[in-house]
Amino acid sequence: MILLLTIFRVAFKALGRNKMRSILTMLGIIIGVGAVIAMVSIGQGAQQTISSAIASQGSNMIMVMPGAWNSGGVRMGLGTTSHLTVEDAQAIEKECPAVKYASPSVRTTCSIVNGNQNWFSNVQGYDVHFPQIRLWEVENGTFYTDQDVITSQRVCILGKTVSDNLFPGLDPVGQEIRMRNMPWRVIGVLKSKGQSGFGQDQDDLVIAPYTTVQKKMLGYTFINGIVVSAISETATSTAQDEITDLLRQRHHIARSEDDDFQVRNLSDIAELANSSNQVMTLLLASIAFVSLIVGGIGVMNIMLVSVTERTREIGIRMAVGATGGDVQFQFLTEAVVLAIFGGVLGIIIGVVSSKVISNSLGWPTLISTTAIGAAFSFAALIGIAAGWYPALKASRLDPIEALRYE
Amino acid sequence: MGYARAMTSTDMRPEMARDGGPVIKVENLHKIYEMGDTKVHALRGISLEIYRGEFVAIMGASGSGKSTFMNLVGCLDSPSEGTYLLDNTNVASLSRIDLASIRNRHVGFVFQGFNLLSRTTALENVELPLIYSAMRARERHKRSRAALDRVGLGGRMDHIPSQLSGGQQQRVAIARALVNHPSILLADEPTGNLDSRTSVEIMDIFQELNETEKLTIVLVTHEPDIAEYAKRVIHFRDGHVMRDQVVQKRRSAAEVLASLPPAED
Repeated sequence: MILLLTIFRVAFKALGRNKMRSILTMLGIIIGVGAVIAMVSIGQGAQQTISSAIASQGSNMIMVMPGAWNSGGVRMGLGTTSHLTVEDAQAIEKECPAVKYASPSVRTTCSIVNGNQNWFSNVQGYDVHFPQIRLWEVENGTFYTDQDVITSQRVCILGKTVSDNLFPGLDPVGQEIRMRNMPWRVIGVLKSKGQSGFGQDQDDLVIAPYTTVQKKMLGYTFINGIVVSAISETATSTAQDEITDLLRQRHHIARSEDDDFQVRNLSDIAELANSSNQVMTLLLASIAFVSLIVGGIGVMNIMLVSVTERTREIGIRMAVGATGGDVQFQFLTEAVVLAIFGGVLGIIIGVVSSKVISNSLGWPTLISTTAIGAAFSFAALIGIAAGWYPALKASRLDPIEALRYE
Repeated sequence: MGYARAMTSTDMRPEMARDGGPVIKVENLHKIYEMGDTKVHALRGISLEIYRGEFVAIMGASGSGKSTFMNLVGCLDSPSEGTYLLDNTNVASLSRIDLASIRNRHVGFVFQGFNLLSRTTALENVELPLIYSAMRARERHKRSRAALDRVGLGGRMDHIPSQLSGGQQQRVAIARALVNHPSILLADEPTGNLDSRTSVEIMDIFQELNETEKLTIVLVTHEPDIAEYAKRVIHFRDGHVMRDQVVQKRRSAAEVLASLPPAED
C-alpha cells in the first residue's frame, strides 16, 4: 500500500485541477451539513428557552388540573370539567407533608378598562401565596392579604403588559380600573417575565383574589386547578404522590378507576413541550439529511465522470505498478476529501446561518456539537459510500484497454 | 561495441547462460482473445529467450501479435497458455496484484503516445513508479532527479508535458521507465510520434543505456531503419516468430546525429 500522505496529496491535486467542479460537487454536502446544523440549532435553542423559562417559574411548582371527563363512553379532553374544590386545595396544603403552599386557581378573560383605555386580558385568581408558588414578585405596590381573600375584595395586581397598555407612563398603583363593569383597585404591578418558551407574553395578565374572581366574575364555586409548591425541588415527586393519594381518597375513587384529575410538575410540562419540539427538530433535521444524501449522489456522479475521464491516467498508473487496490484507494480518498471538505465548509455555514437566524429573526439558537459531529461523520460516511462504486470501477479497469482509451 | 554477439539461434548461448540465464524466457506462449463468439488467436506458440544486455527490436505488420507479445512481456496481461520466466520467476500464473508489483520493479514502459500525466510536472511523472513502491518523498525526489539528469532533462523538472516538445516528453517517459532500475525496458513504437531527428536522439539514449548500463531493451517498431539501431531483430507474423536474426549493419545513433545538421533550438 502506498503512503497515506502521498495519496492525500495526489487527491488534493486531482481535485484542485477541477476547482469549479469540485466546489459545485461539494455544494451538495455543504448545504446538507449546513442545513442539519442550522435546523438542529434552532430546535435546540427553542428547547433551551423552554427549559430556562420553566426554571424561572420555579421547579418546585406542581399543577393539579381536573382530569378527563367520561360521559357516556366519550372521553372528553383534559380540563373539560372540574372536580376540584377549594377544600381540595386546603387539604393538600394541610395534609401533604411535602407540600409548602397550595392555592386554588381560577381564570377567566375579560376586557379591562381605565377611562378611555381598554385592554383584553387574562384574569387569574389565587390566594396570597401566588408570589411564593410562581416565584413572581410584585415590583411596585403590594400583594393582597388573607383578609382581602376572605372578604373577596375587588383588588388586583396588573401584569407589566396590562399596566403599560392601560396606564402608559403612569403609576397604576392606587388607581381604579373596571372589569365586568365593576370598579377594582390596583394595588400592585408584577415584575416583568417576558416571553415564555412558547412565545406567549407572560406579563399579559391580571391577578386577583380567587374568591373575588369566583364570586364577582364567574359566579361559581369550583376551581380551574390548584397550584402547589413543594418544600423543595427534590420533594416534587413525593409531593405529587401525596397529592394523588389524597385526592383519590377525597374524591372516593375506587382502585380500578382512573384519576379524575391530573397532577403535573413543570418539568413534565416542559417535557411535553420539548417532545413536540423534538419531533419538529427531527423532522427538519431529516429533511436536511435527505439533502445530504442528495449531495452524496452528486459526489458519486462526479466521481463516475472522473473515473471515465481519467481512464488513461488509471492505465498509466497501473502500467507503472499501481495495483487495483491503489487505484481504488486513490479515488475513494478523492471522494472522502470532497465530502470532508464539504463537511467542514458546511459546519462553518451552518454555524454562521444559525447566528444570522438568531440575530435577524430573534429566534434563540443553540449550536449543537452533537449535530456538528453527527453531520460531519455522516458526510464522511457519504463520501465513502459515494466513492466506493466509482473507485471499484476504476480498480477493475484492464490496464491495456485503459492505456488505449482516448 | 566490444561485446557484440554473433548468434542466430536462441538455443545456443552458452556464454550468456553463464551470467544468470535469460532475462526473458517464453515457451509456447499462446494468447487467445474472446470477442463475443469469435476467438482471436493472437499468439500461436512463441518460444524465445532474451538475455541481459540485449537490445531487441520486434517487427511485424499490425495483427502479427507483436503488441500482444509486448503486453505479455510487460506483465500487463497473462498468457492463455505457455510459460513466461522473467528473471527466473514464472509470471504466467501470477495474480493481478503480483503482476502490478512486477511492472513496478522489473519492467519499464515507454509508449508511442508518451503516456505522461498531463498537468503534472516532469519530476512528478518520473516519481510515479516510486510512489507505488511506497518510497519516502526525499528518496523519491533524489532518484527522480537523477533519472531526469540521465536523459538530459535536469533543467526542466518543473515543466508540465504541454510545455515540453515531443522528444522531451519521450525522455521524461524514459526517465520514468528507468527510475526504479527495471530488468527490462519495453518500448512500444517509441518514435512513432516523433520526427526523424528526434527519433534518432531517442535511439541514441537507448543505445547509450544499453551500452553503459547493460540495460535489456525490447523495442517494438514497424520502421526498418529504427530496428537497425538494435542488435537483434525478431519478425512476427500471424502469431508466430518468422525470423530472428542479428542486425548485420547496425547503426550508431551517435554517428547519425553527428552527420545531421544541428538542431534548430
